[in-house]
Amino acid sequence: MDFQLTEDQRALRDGVRALLAGRFGPEPLRAAVARGGRGLDRALWRELGEAGFFSLRLPEADGGAGLGLPEAVLAFEEAGRVLLPGPLVATHLAAGEVPGAATGETVVTAVYGGLVEWLDESDAVRDGAWGPAAGGAADAVPLTSVDPLTPLHRVPGNLPTGPTGRAGPAGRAGPVGSPAPTGPPRPPDPLVTLLTAAEQLGNAARTCETAVQHARTREQFGQPIGAFQAVKHLCAQMLVRVELARAAVYAAAVTADPMDIAAARLLADDAAVRGARDCLQVHGGMGFTWESDVHLYLKRAWVRTRRGGTVTESEELLAADLLAGAGR
Amino acid sequence: MDLTYTAEEEEFRAGLREWLAKALPALPPKPSPDDWPGRRAYDLGWQRTLYDAGYAGLHWPLDAGGRGATPVQHLIYLEETEKAGAPYVGANFVGLLHAGPTIAAEGTAGQRARWLPPVLRGEEVWCQGFSEPDAGSDLAALRTRAWRDGDDYVVSGSKIWTSHAEVADWCELLVRTDPAAPKHRGISWLAMPMDAPGITVRPLRTLAGPAEFAEVFLDEVRIPVAHRVGAENDGWRVTMVTLSYERGTAFVGEVVACRRVLGELAHAARGNGRWDDPVLRRWLGRLNAEFRALWRLTQWNVSEAGRTGGVPGVGGSVFKLRYSHARQELYDAAAEVLGPEALDLDREWTRDRLMSLSYTIAAGTSQIQRNIVAERILGLPKGR
Repeated sequence: MDFQLTEDQRALRDGVRALLAGRFGPEPLRAAVARGGRGLDRALWRELGEAGFFSLRLPEADGGAGLGLPEAVLAFEEAGRVLLPGPLVATHLAAGEVPGAATGETVVTAVYGGLVEWLDESDAVRDGAWGPAAGGAADAVPLTSVDPLTPLHRVPGNLPTGPTGRAGPAGRAGPVGSPAPTGPPRPPDPLVTLLTAAEQLGNAARTCETAVQHARTREQFGQPIGAFQAVKHLCAQMLVRVELARAAVYAAAVTADPMDIAAARLLADDAAVRGARDCLQVHGGMGFTWESDVHLYLKRAWVRTRRGGTVTESEELLAADLLAGAGR
Repeated sequence: MDLTYTAEEEEFRAGLREWLAKALPALPPKPSPDDWPGRRAYDLGWQRTLYDAGYAGLHWPLDAGGRGATPVQHLIYLEETEKAGAPYVGANFVGLLHAGPTIAAEGTAGQRARWLPPVLRGEEVWCQGFSEPDAGSDLAALRTRAWRDGDDYVVSGSKIWTSHAEVADWCELLVRTDPAAPKHRGISWLAMPMDAPGITVRPLRTLAGPAEFAEVFLDEVRIPVAHRVGAENDGWRVTMVTLSYERGTAFVGEVVACRRVLGELAHAARGNGRWDDPVLRRWLGRLNAEFRALWRLTQWNVSEAGRTGGVPGVGGSVFKLRYSHARQELYDAAAEVLGPEALDLDREWTRDRLMSLSYTIAAGTSQIQRNIVAERILGLPKGR
């Protein structure tokens, strides 16, 4: 057992970080906000495709890198760190299923929990394998998204859904009009949950660093605010949440165990949402303004909490696991 | 990232399991929490059993009499002994986890030969004389004074929160040898025999009922200079070695124990109908996530220690902060499962709930741990 990053994994993480730093730093982030979530950067999407972001886990014979979930999680963590916009998880999971997804030529989105991200900018809708509304994206109506970098459509409830609904490349219409499903809704795709948790981890790590940097430099009462225990302890708790979420997310990537994934999701959501709120608090009045980037991290973290099924479902899953004998 | 164990590690696990299955049924009955001599005998007896089987001091270096096991083997050892319900390290806690590793790392050859084997063989018990009434969390403010008199130090002062003091043979004692120096620089680390004249031990009753620790009064106690570990006035650095062991590895087995308790809670809740309460059920589900993650963090930290080969780092503070809180929440959840019986002191979970209150205080309060994380990991400025 050597539960640490391998040299190759470090190199991959550093490579993705360098690519994103060069391509989606603070200025492109502000520019994307100014565009108001319109116009997904297709050139960047193709660059991601060329870099293997979407085809990472495809076999080499199919043009992929033949890597595994741990590597995908590292890449998604980096995407989460810089708030990279777009339906990254859906396109990644569509690689090998939807032509052009692997290379970044095709943008694929999905229905998760009754919501669709970036519907107008996407070429195809993948069935997010969640809820009775999956597949009904044709009737989706726009809503004013809380996150300026994630346009959202809401899928009206009680719509009929297709069987396993592989989205066709022909357009955004998923299988619509199929008979209503019987039985309980299918659980969320664990891979959606895991890759989203990885993004939340990156989000959390970034807000922790941002808060610490601010606390080191911002002076009040004649000293950096980070010298005050009240601020110092906020930052320490942020790191504790990040490190615990990191251990949980990485372990879930190694085992791909549904319980590990559910646990990782709860801890990563917690680290991302509470981390962004604490980061905002450390920034004080500045954090509450639109000019600061902090609110973007909180809003994106909120959007991601809706993707992997509800929190209640994850908790119930883990509760049932206790009776099944785990933890004994 | 690899969570699979090697064939050698699995072989080690299998051998340990097999041995535990034979050794545990032969154990004598557990003494009551108030029976200190009984507890000492029980804990030392188990240590001797481990020693005879070759499992004592597994993670200690070979030249300290240990088996030089890798951190992963140590992890497996702690996991399997806890899963099997083997006795807790108990009265051997300080000797095996604090004083022993410190002497192994900082002591002379003679000191190692004198003090380490009896710890491993289950012959001597150590206690920790760090905290003082006016220097608990501010440990370096300690005032217990040591003067040189020939080949001895003459020590006067008092210590508090000294676990196992009633039954200890030795005390790892921090004393001030240079009162003029800055507070972190005038401290020395001494091994004090608990039968030396001038020592008075007064047990302190905890809020849980039994006495878990004691106050120790020192009135001109003579301790040979040869019992000093590390250089004179260098005791703070030596102490940091000790504390990093405490924060780095001392709680590993307990995470496994908490996961077991959580499973028992769920079954108890199903047995008494509390499981039908979705709020409680989801709380237990969240605690499952919490302890799974704490176990993964344990594996992460152990792997890191395996790579660096050194003393556990300040990352232990990250672990302790979350673990101490999670443990308290676990027993709060237990009280929800128990219902009215949560007020019955004869219930084990009620006693454990009371004991869990010490976790955010002992071995450095959560507030101190947050300062450590903020200043040493995040690099925030020191301040008030």
